[in-house]
Amino acid sequence: MKTLPLAAGLLTIATAALAETPVLTVLTYDSFTPEWGPGPAIEKGFEATCGCDVQYVMAGDGAAVLARVQLEGAKTDADVVVGLDTNLTAAASATGLFAPVAVPATNLPVPFEDANFAPFDWGYFAFVYDKTKLDTPPKSFVELAASDLKIIIQDPRSSTPGLGLLMWVKAAYGEGAAQVWADLADNIVTVTPGWSEAYGMFLEGESDLVLSYTTSPAYHLIAETDDTKAAAAFDEGHYVQVEVAGKLASTDQPALADAFLAYLTSDAAQSVLPVTNWMYPAVTPAAGLPAGFETLIAPTKSLLLPAAEAEEARAGAIAEWQTALSR
Amino acid sequence: MADRAVALRIAALGVALLLAALTLGSAIIVAARATSWTLGPADGAALRFTLLQAALSAGLSALLAVPVARALMRRRFLGRGVLIRLMAAPFVLPVVVAVLGLLAVFGRAGPVNGALAALGLPALSIFGLHGVVLAHVFLNLPLAVRIILMGWQAIPAERLRLAQSLGFSDRAMFRHIELPMLRAVLPGAGAVIFLLCLTSFAVALTLGGGPKSSTLELAIFQALRFDFDLGRAALLAALQFALCAAVTVATARVASPFGFGAGLDRAVLPFAPRGWRAALDAVAIAAAALLLLAPLLAVVVRGVPGLLDLPSGVWPAALRSVLVALASAALAVAAALVLALALAAVPLGRFGRGIEMVAMLPLAASGLVMGVGLFLVIHPVARPESLALPVTVLVNATLSLPYLFRLLLPQARQVVADYGRLSASLGMGARARLRWVILPRLSRPLGYGAGLAAALSMGDLGVIALFAGDQGATLPLMVQRLMGAYRMEQAAGAALLLVSLSFGVFWLFDRIGDRNADA
Repeated sequence: MKTLPLAAGLLTIATAALAETPVLTVLTYDSFTPEWGPGPAIEKGFEATCGCDVQYVMAGDGAAVLARVQLEGAKTDADVVVGLDTNLTAAASATGLFAPVAVPATNLPVPFEDANFAPFDWGYFAFVYDKTKLDTPPKSFVELAASDLKIIIQDPRSSTPGLGLLMWVKAAYGEGAAQVWADLADNIVTVTPGWSEAYGMFLEGESDLVLSYTTSPAYHLIAETDDTKAAAAFDEGHYVQVEVAGKLASTDQPALADAFLAYLTSDAAQSVLPVTNWMYPAVTPAAGLPAGFETLIAPTKSLLLPAAEAEEARAGAIAEWQTALSR
Repeated sequence: MADRAVALRIAALGVALLLAALTLGSAIIVAARATSWTLGPADGAALRFTLLQAALSAGLSALLAVPVARALMRRRFLGRGVLIRLMAAPFVLPVVVAVLGLLAVFGRAGPVNGALAALGLPALSIFGLHGVVLAHVFLNLPLAVRIILMGWQAIPAERLRLAQSLGFSDRAMFRHIELPMLRAVLPGAGAVIFLLCLTSFAVALTLGGGPKSSTLELAIFQALRFDFDLGRAALLAALQFALCAAVTVATARVASPFGFGAGLDRAVLPFAPRGWRAALDAVAIAAAALLLLAPLLAVVVRGVPGLLDLPSGVWPAALRSVLVALASAALAVAAALVLALALAAVPLGRFGRGIEMVAMLPLAASGLVMGVGLFLVIHPVARPESLALPVTVLVNATLSLPYLFRLLLPQARQVVADYGRLSASLGMGARARLRWVILPRLSRPLGYGAGLAAALSMGDLGVIALFAGDQGATLPLMVQRLMGAYRMEQAAGAALLLVSLSFGVFWLFDRIGDRNADA
């Protein structure tokens, strides 16, 4: 009987101790936080200096993160959101739930201006192929469409890379995008709901190329010492995906949130991202990029529709894509 | 007596209300947050494709299941029991794993196309409507076979023996024994599969070959994820429920209990004709085994290398998955038993039809809408992450209830019809009736159903993805996260672990059910 008050007392002390440590809740996508993702190292690094407890909350992919913010509204526990991309920022800003942040100086290949979001990494969309199976990869969408090569892409209605490809074609061809899709229709083996199904099916040999990133071959090279994968360089240029982080206006830890965003673009965090997220860091670390990244293709032309324009073009581009591929 | 019947009805009503709240209620909550109410032209196309593929998949699964079940029922061979259980495995596979297994066999680099190329024939593409239907048949044929097999097993031995001694021809056997049984069980089986394919998302999209193969569930996903259009999501969910109601009503019209009367409750080896019909049976069994087991074998072969270096987070996730599976199976069995017994005890009236309808609703429920609805309810009062596992148990139990209910209902009706008056005249109490009359006769569907519920729950990815925090991941979520991080080999290993665990749990329950039925 005596143990009960004792336990209650201990519990009170424990709760008090917890209450003294401020909690920073970070809402992010699924692949950020696992033991192989950038999350654990960034959490450890930031907690070492902030005197706080970083807690991750996950929600699928970037689009799911935004949907979650919208579901929770101003009542959200989250202080920081990590992992939206430039196709989502216009919609995110329109919710009015985000507060302005300090945008760091970055090495992005395209101009990026958004007072509400700080870029933390970026990549080029590209079609990835196996060098041992394909000698001469296509050099453009036109060449790809004219060939009988098979590709797997993702659905723009359910996947962020899928939407990225849509914007890529739109940015490169504008009014002519519908024709490009019509020409590509017979090359497309299938359209998957997400990136992982597409990439998995490509690795199983179901297609010659798959929509992914120019940095994808770096994973195979560095993590698997397999140099057979490469990205096809396209003459039209490559569309850029910029991943950004933002601060919620409703946060009860604004100073901590700012500090976390600053840490995200610090040298320590940036040197973790290339080999965990397999993207380019937004600020090149002092030690440079990891060995292996120099083997990747370097597109000469970078494409990116401004956030507002991308948001405006989205519905029309999806309808155009759907019509062209449903024939 | 009367008190007991009333108590059972009240309990059934309670379960039905909870089901309605979780399915319809969650859609209403989503709708309450809506700001606009429009469907696009693409939604009409999605509806048409959804209906087409679901009808084809259900029809083909049910049709193919008849000869396979007949062959399995009347033939005895080494490994028959193992084969019957193994054939259930596709049904409990997580969708992504099933698709990759099918691709390994029927895909561009698979043995089927290898053989075609060796013969100088053009390659076969699995992508398109036929691929979607193939995958749905692969996933659902086992369920249809089992439901029909149970129908066979419920035919009293006396009737089979009578037919034999009367020298029934094949045709007479079919007309007087098999057809009435099929009329009782096949519509239900077809309806379950139809509804299951109705909410198909990943299979239809991945194997469909493009946006022309879009389903309603994809439209819901898009509405909730990219457009944040809650009104459209709720409308689409309502459309799915309406379809479900229509199918359930139609099924109830078509299906009729088979009325063979009661027997002495003994099993008998059924009549097995020799000659060419034996060869035909062998072909049916071999073809089904090949279709169902080859992709499974591919899953095993792909998974073994990855088993050796699974990341450490996989093991606690596996434990969580097993616990979730057991808890939701227990919950689903209790709820389905209450519903089935309450319904079996009363003549079919408005009450019965209403309960039957509600029990089918989860099949048509969009997991995503249900998850979002629950999220909207829970979020204001608690951290969704802290309730991830209880919510998963509740939702998974709800989602697997229709199967259990469908399996239990025909046999519960039969038991009540055959033994109800006898047990009443013996003055048996509720407990004694349950222990000596009902449970032993429902043991097979109970064991199989509990196994299905546990395995389905283990492989389910629906709500957990919306609720899981940093720590609460389940095994299917781990598979998905590994795949999303280029780690395909580890993902294949984790998937193999998942399949082995869900199949192990299924096997265990199914065996317990069979043991008690034979005892």
